[in-house]
Amino acid sequence: MNDAALYARPLPVRGTRWASTAWWGMAFLILTEGSLFAYLFFSYFYLASQSTGPWPTGGPPDLLYASINTLLLLSSSAAAWWGERGIERGSARRLSVGLVLTILLGVVFMTIQGHEWANRPYAFSTNSYSSLYFVITGFHGAHVVVGLLMLCALLGWNLMGRFQRGWHLPVSVGIVYWHFVDLVWLAVYAALYLSPRLS
Amino acid sequence: MNTRPDVVPAVVPGSGARWRTPEIGRVAPGSAEAAALEEIWKTKPGLFGWFSSVDHKEIGKRYLVTAFLFLLIGGIEALVMRVQLARPNQALLTPEQYNQLFTMHGVTMIFLYALPVLSGFSNFLWPLLLGSRDMAFPKLNALSYWVFLFAGVFLYASFPLGQAPDAGWFNYVPMASLTYDPGPNIDVYALGMIFLGLSTTVGSINFVVSLFRTRAPGMSINRVPVLVWGTLTASVGNLLAVPAVSLAFLMLWFDRQFDTHFFDFTQGGKPLLWQHLFWMFGHPWVYAIVLPAMGIVSDALPTFCRRPLVGYTAVALSTISTMILGFGVWVHHMFATGLPPLSLSFFGSASFVIAIPSAVAVFAWIATIWYGKPVFKTPFLFFAGFVFLFVVGGVSGFMTAAVPLDWQLTDTYFVVAHLHYVLLGINVFPVVGGIYYWFPKFTGRMLSERLGRWAFWTMFIGFNVGFFPMHISGLLGMPRRVYTYPPDVGWNTVNMVTSVGSFVFAIGVLVFVLDVLRGLRRGPPAGANPWDAATLEWSVPSPPPAYNFAVIPIIASRHPLWEGRIEGVEGRSCVHEGPLLHRGRETIGSTMLDAIPNVVLVMPGDSLTPLFTALTLALAFVGLLIHSVLVAALGTIALGVALAAWLWPSAPDAPVPEGAHE
Repeated sequence: MNDAALYARPLPVRGTRWASTAWWGMAFLILTEGSLFAYLFFSYFYLASQSTGPWPTGGPPDLLYASINTLLLLSSSAAAWWGERGIERGSARRLSVGLVLTILLGVVFMTIQGHEWANRPYAFSTNSYSSLYFVITGFHGAHVVVGLLMLCALLGWNLMGRFQRGWHLPVSVGIVYWHFVDLVWLAVYAALYLSPRLS
Repeated sequence: MNTRPDVVPAVVPGSGARWRTPEIGRVAPGSAEAAALEEIWKTKPGLFGWFSSVDHKEIGKRYLVTAFLFLLIGGIEALVMRVQLARPNQALLTPEQYNQLFTMHGVTMIFLYALPVLSGFSNFLWPLLLGSRDMAFPKLNALSYWVFLFAGVFLYASFPLGQAPDAGWFNYVPMASLTYDPGPNIDVYALGMIFLGLSTTVGSINFVVSLFRTRAPGMSINRVPVLVWGTLTASVGNLLAVPAVSLAFLMLWFDRQFDTHFFDFTQGGKPLLWQHLFWMFGHPWVYAIVLPAMGIVSDALPTFCRRPLVGYTAVALSTISTMILGFGVWVHHMFATGLPPLSLSFFGSASFVIAIPSAVAVFAWIATIWYGKPVFKTPFLFFAGFVFLFVVGGVSGFMTAAVPLDWQLTDTYFVVAHLHYVLLGINVFPVVGGIYYWFPKFTGRMLSERLGRWAFWTMFIGFNVGFFPMHISGLLGMPRRVYTYPPDVGWNTVNMVTSVGSFVFAIGVLVFVLDVLRGLRRGPPAGANPWDAATLEWSVPSPPPAYNFAVIPIIASRHPLWEGRIEGVEGRSCVHEGPLLHRGRETIGSTMLDAIPNVVLVMPGDSLTPLFTALTLALAFVGLLIHSVLVAALGTIALGVALAAWLWPSAPDAPVPEGAHE
């Protein structure tokens, strides 16, 4: 038996999660998207540190709705995780239920967020603070919308019977993106809503 | 590192996933297996094949040719400027035309030539160096090229109208704000850069995942060629840095189009925020466009010294530490902006420290030549010339890291001299040397040794005559970016010498281009390994077959083709017998560090989806540029459709078809 023959061993085809390439592609997409948000927060704290007027304009933004939203997104991540565990154990139905719950929580989040945007006492073009507020929450909102579209596609594909135990790579990849979107919200919440209350 | 598979815990098949045991064997040229592989992997002839190919070798060659065309365009722009500056008080160009020319020269060379040309090398070479049949994401690779091409055209869209970007490649506000630059010039630049950033990002992700997951069995992380380290480091750097510039340009576009105030000091914004974001990106980018080129030298120079690179581990580590330090030096571009002394000291010291890893690499190259038996072929000349120019550019960079000296020299021609020594010295010379080295692999034909020597000496002499005097004009106080100068300030001679040198350099480039055109048709056949080199790409025919490797090679050292022949190279790699994977479009995926096979990767076939996706993006960006919500929305919706089609999962019970599509 020579060295080459040692490689005649069973291997998974395509692989799931860490054994696949797609999951790693998503991981590095998240790395670069995470940097994007890091630069947004740099801009925010840089302009805050250089600001001579009141920062934030009109006092820190209201905590109530943002805190509700935080809870909504955290539970949506839990729901997504629960659904993913379902398909890993072979239950496509549990995946569908998990995805529907996740999508509903995400839609409620966006509705509340829309309400928040509509009730700001300033506009995108009022001053540097308002520009940053809208661009940071707007970037996050855009990520939520993209995430929701991904979840809807996954739900559709699941209903078409495309996923089963050991054959659900797109689910793992899509859901890890959704966890990232939720994680970013925690950073947005800490930077825009909590940090002004510290000083 | 032990990479023998027999000591790895056995994997347990089951849990619903499909498992397969790869057949092990040999493939004789002309056998049924070779024919099957060819049929599965080849790109269809004709226009459809050309637009749909996802073969990394095709994409790599396209990157190289496209980037080189941009180099020629940027070079012509430089020559026009050198005619204008050859003598004082010339009137060939108006000030506005001059502004657009120097801006587009910088944009073209830095964004449309320097990184894409290295992506070309890496795209073509990586799977061949790593012992794989394609990149990890072949369709993403095609998308990356098309977006690069369209973004390049986009950035030039307003050039014929006389409204090209005109605020310099680093585009400082407030000069680039709507108040002082009301035309479409800056909008084209802002949107074009965001567009181009998408290409860089998906390309970088592809490189990183390819390195970690598609290495041949046994090619543990300490056995990969240094070019791979260079491109890996550059790619990770890009993933962390490109968002800064995309964000900066998006904010600038918002400031210009929606009256926001990120950079507008009247409403709490800061012009310096632009400079921070731009250079947080810009400095790592500088390393992204030199580290892979340094990798080219680290891999190819030893071939001509007939010995392995001295200090492989030190060079790999210095590559990575250069990039890490590169993220902490951006403020040295901003020494003259009135920042606090503590900040200047910190960033000045950090900039000095970068000299250490750079010196490690330089001494490794010198030691390789010193201890080797150099063969003075054309590629060797370019690589040795590179080492010299790198030292000159490094020293002038070291000088400007000193804050007081930088205050004297900033915005003078000294900086222009420094950055050209660095960018031409560390990028263009290794690239041309790399083309002389790998042209046989790209095309199956050799370039001319005689014309190559002429090209090298003309370029080398022209370059030094052209750019060295810029140090002097800078020390004499000549500011950069002036469209002309008066005759009585003592800058006449240096400028004339610079202009003459730049034309000599251009003649050298022309000789090289002629050699390539001649070599494509009449170069003598190369054979698989004309230089008797050590790395895997030379184990396959020139040009390589569509499937790269008839069997997946099994690697036991850094120099698979020198084992047992060259002093100090141990191991017993196996390039003729290994996993076949000839029944579908497949290759082996392996673990991140030890490269133990852990998955059979099913690769996508040729597809028009990447081209279509790039077109939808182009449509969206054109819509934003012409302020058409309708066009932008159409582009975005079409993008969604394209991505859904791209990602549509295959049904679980579908058999893997022969010749295979996702």
